[in-house]
Amino acid sequence: MTATAQRPATAATPPTARPPRPARRRDRGVDAVPWWLRLVAAVGALYFVLPTLFVIPMSFSSSTTFSFPPEGFSLQLYRNFFTDPVWLTSLRNSALVALAAALLATAVGTAAAVGLHGLTGRLAGLARTVLMISIVTPGIVIAVVVYISFLKWHLVGTPLGYVLAHAALGVPFVLVSVTSALSGFDRKLLRASASLGATPWRTFRRVTLPLISRGVVTGAVFAFVTSFDEVVIALFLRSPTFQTLPVQMYNSVTFEVDPTIAATSSLVVTAVTVVCLVPMLLGNRRKNR
Amino acid sequence: MPATSVMPAAVPTAQRAGTRILLEDVVKDYGSAVPAVDGVSLTIEPGEFMTLLGPSGSGKTTTLNLIAGFETLTSGRISFNGDDVSALPPHKRDLGMLFQNYALFPHMTVAQNVAYPLRERKVPKAEVVRRVAEVLELVQLTGRDDDVPAQLSGGQQQRVALARAIVFGPKALLLDEPLGALDRNLRGALQAEIQRIHREVGSTFVFVTHDQEEAMSLSDRIALFRDGRIEQVGSPEGLYRRPETLFTARFLGDSNVFELDRLTDTTAVRGERSWALDPSTVADQARATGAAALVVRPEDVHVALAEDAVPPGMASLTATVVDVQYLGSYRTVLLSYAGGVTGQARVDASETQVAPGQAVHTWWRVERQRVVSR
Repeated sequence: MTATAQRPATAATPPTARPPRPARRRDRGVDAVPWWLRLVAAVGALYFVLPTLFVIPMSFSSSTTFSFPPEGFSLQLYRNFFTDPVWLTSLRNSALVALAAALLATAVGTAAAVGLHGLTGRLAGLARTVLMISIVTPGIVIAVVVYISFLKWHLVGTPLGYVLAHAALGVPFVLVSVTSALSGFDRKLLRASASLGATPWRTFRRVTLPLISRGVVTGAVFAFVTSFDEVVIALFLRSPTFQTLPVQMYNSVTFEVDPTIAATSSLVVTAVTVVCLVPMLLGNRRKNR
Repeated sequence: MPATSVMPAAVPTAQRAGTRILLEDVVKDYGSAVPAVDGVSLTIEPGEFMTLLGPSGSGKTTTLNLIAGFETLTSGRISFNGDDVSALPPHKRDLGMLFQNYALFPHMTVAQNVAYPLRERKVPKAEVVRRVAEVLELVQLTGRDDDVPAQLSGGQQQRVALARAIVFGPKALLLDEPLGALDRNLRGALQAEIQRIHREVGSTFVFVTHDQEEAMSLSDRIALFRDGRIEQVGSPEGLYRRPETLFTARFLGDSNVFELDRLTDTTAVRGERSWALDPSTVADQARATGAAALVVRPEDVHVALAEDAVPPGMASLTATVVDVQYLGSYRTVLLSYAGGVTGQARVDASETQVAPGQAVHTWWRVERQRVVSR
């Protein structure tokens, strides 16, 4: 818009002077991140990421104790991990629990966000607060409460118990991401769809869901990751027959100082990173279209 | 598809077989001081182009939403061709709808948008393809099938929305200020388009607008809304020429308004002035209520420099010229009448020349004045 508005003004200058102008404008306007801000961001990012990255070289160490810098190079720790049924079972448990919890949290969170969208009443505000409460409540408090009530309901140590508890943690993430996706959603589309003969459910499937899919996927990923690395509740709920990967990692450090955890951590970091990249890649694809 | 729906929309020779929409004492109360719609009764004839006109907040849009089923009735009854639809959800009412902001599905192409209502009705694929092509031709968008809405201009988007709203042969088409977001030129073009499609499809159209010119040029009949009620229903000419109330007279076109002190069968009295009346120009409501006003349209007011230039038998009044605006084919003379009423006359550019400050004699034909209730 600014380019066209400028045209009459620049028309007086020689035509050769014209092309660079809009380009420079764009540099200053749209892409206006100064170098020092980039530096601060880079340092900040390194501060957060570096400790995590240390574990990756350590996982290729040939030593049987923790050491940095790593001594030698071997895949011994990975061999330990992939041959030990305890590690593998807990990995499988974690993956299944996280998947089920993410699905449940996504369904509940999306339904809540869509249902609450556009409601401004006091009851709707209360509902939003209640749904968000697990984000601000200390994990240990939730864990204790979950433990006490699950004891009563005989859910401690059962996969269902893990799924229910972790889904509750995931709902706020889904709610937030779907709500933000809905902020750009035009409610007139619902009326348009209804007038064209679509039932509310068909409208949700064909209009609402495709348009908020990024928010839904983002929420689902966060819910998955939240469950996958949740340790406090999992510690309370663990049983000899069922425990998740974080609990097994905790055990391996506190009881036996097993360096296999370095390989495990590397795998988890890599897996979580890949999962988190999914919505970003989806976003790029949408933008390119 | 119900048997009552009109011919497939894209058949240009479809007979005028629309739906009769009947509103009986319709009320919508949101719980505020005054109901949004407060007892509206209206019959919309099959194939008719009915405009719901009124200022914002007058209840016209709520009434349209009640017909569409987006709002539920507080009381009253709505029926299509005699079938009570009052409790029917919108997706079962089989109505096409145009929105001001087009409301196209942004994640679907033009063809997918237009095919949407057909897919919901489980129309066979080959039939869908044929009908989409037909209706896109009707709105002159052939070849834009694979564009997404964001690639189209506002006018094109509204034409896609129009195609989508008529492709399934709806019982009626509801239009909620569909031209409001377009600039002036485009609006004219799309008005013509809507009129043409109304002619070709022959379906019942219910059009909501606050723009009286739009209403006048498009409609078979206009229902003028005021404070949740219908003020008057009639043809554009009927409303303009024979308003019942001052509100109607003022909403449609400009008027010279003289509030009356007294009204008898043959005379209208204001202060010391009295006018002879043609009984046919007195609105029933004015006669009934007694509180009345005499209304004259600017194009009916003539300006004379001397009293003897006023033809005999005319209603007349002295006035002072306040200003003269030259508008090409005519001039608007702003007047301050004796008795403190301001008004205007629209005179031929070739007619008597007057200047601001000049004292003049205004006159008009008795049968051109109208007595309305106020």
